Amino acid sequence: MASSKEVLFNPILDNNPIALQVLGICSALAVTVSMANTLVMCAAVTAVTAFSSLFISMLRNHMPSSIRIIVQMTIIASLVIVVDQLLQAYAFAISKTLSVFVGLIITNCIVLGRAEGFAMQNPPGLSFLDGIGNGLGYSALLVTVALIREPLGAGTLMGYEILPTVNNGGWYVPNGLMLLAPSAFFIIGLLIWALRSWKREQVESADFEIADNIQYREAL
Amino acid sequence: MSQPKRDGIGNILLVAVSVCLVCSILVSGAAVALKPVQKANRVLDQKKNVLIAAGVLAEGATEDAAGRGVEALFADFETRVVDLRTGRYAEDVDAQGFDQLRTAADPSRSTALATGEDPATIKRLEHYGLVYLKRDESGAIETAVLPIRGYGLWGTLYGYLALDSDLETVAGIGFYQHQETPGLGGEVENPRWKAQWAGVSLFGDDGAPAVALVKGKAPEGSDARSHQVDALSGATMTSRGVQNLVNFWVGERGYGTWLENMRGGRV
Repeated sequence: MASSKEVLFNPILDNNPIALQVLGICSALAVTVSMANTLVMCAAVTAVTAFSSLFISMLRNHMPSSIRIIVQMTIIASLVIVVDQLLQAYAFAISKTLSVFVGLIITNCIVLGRAEGFAMQNPPGLSFLDGIGNGLGYSALLVTVALIREPLGAGTLMGYEILPTVNNGGWYVPNGLMLLAPSAFFIIGLLIWALRSWKREQVESADFEIADNIQYREAL
Repeated sequence: MSQPKRDGIGNILLVAVSVCLVCSILVSGAAVALKPVQKANRVLDQKKNVLIAAGVLAEGATEDAAGRGVEALFADFETRVVDLRTGRYAEDVDAQGFDQLRTAADPSRSTALATGEDPATIKRLEHYGLVYLKRDESGAIETAVLPIRGYGLWGTLYGYLALDSDLETVAGIGFYQHQETPGLGGEVENPRWKAQWAGVSLFGDDGAPAVALVKGKAPEGSDARSHQVDALSGATMTSRGVQNLVNFWVGERGYGTWLENMRGGRV
């Protein structure tokens, strides 16, 4: 069995849920326009992953395998609603922009992936740590993306101006692409490339080999 | 626990029912317990938006320079309900808890607008509208704040328009909810752009709303310039939407009749 330290810190670089498993991309594209939203979303996903893994692991020996996905989804959905209600009560300004995406944590593959892939086979304490670890891995990548998108797209970071934009009398012409979802695709792609160049073992082996074109007619 | 028992029909039902029960108690408990706080948040947020448009509160701040909070500042404002059809106060409608957007969706208290009558693309116009009035010591109106809304490029912009004591000059504007493109139409939030609105004169010589968002304003001192605001660069549709919605809400179908009555001292 893996040590708790490994379970907690491995998902950050070695087994990052976004960079290696390529899960949870949807919210990574949507919320990373501003750092403040990103941090709240990361906290929400980490909390939901950790607690859903904890509860699912506690129930793992009683859960009938025929309805296990439904039971897992019920637990995850309930936690997400509770998180959403808490945000609406105590972080109203942020919940107004994030509410849609918080609801979508239910369908975030990381949460169900960890429930099914880890919590069903491991004890509650370790599953809880695994949830936190994967939440941190998700957060690490999202924060990096937001760190690039917000300054280049809006000239601000956490709402504070760091690159004075032309509209505000400065010199920086904001890059509109950075405010749109596709830019996160490019950034995440580049980050995955960088990570896999550094940690070679993350490169996936090819599923199949493409046969050579033996004759040009094949293309026609 | 043995495998057959775990997958037996009895256990399936037991687990399903108990998980559902526990989860529903958790969810409804959270919803009920947090409801008062959430409701207070929404009311506070609306008050804050009124104060920001009126220029009493800075964007993102929770208190003014003198340290007065949202509630204290909002206490200076009187909330009234205006019958938009007659331009008089609707005494039979309680201003407390009046929800203008809900009224607009209620067929018995709103009218469907035909395409030609609906430049702001709001589809249904409510019979009643809110106004927030701030009075000076003598009881004369110092600032009046009107809720405004209308279609931009991607969706409806919701905001407030604050008028000066003459009820013809803009004191400030603010949009608290919109879906315009960040960086282009989303610049309706830019404080520098909003600052230009102060002092804009709403009505032309014929008394009709004449606000125009333009590229390149008329020369300094000309009559046309007093109605003009710089359009947002790269956001033609949003600029047109803002121009239409401001003119619509201060026009005769919106608050125009009431504003006229107020200026003529007939209310």
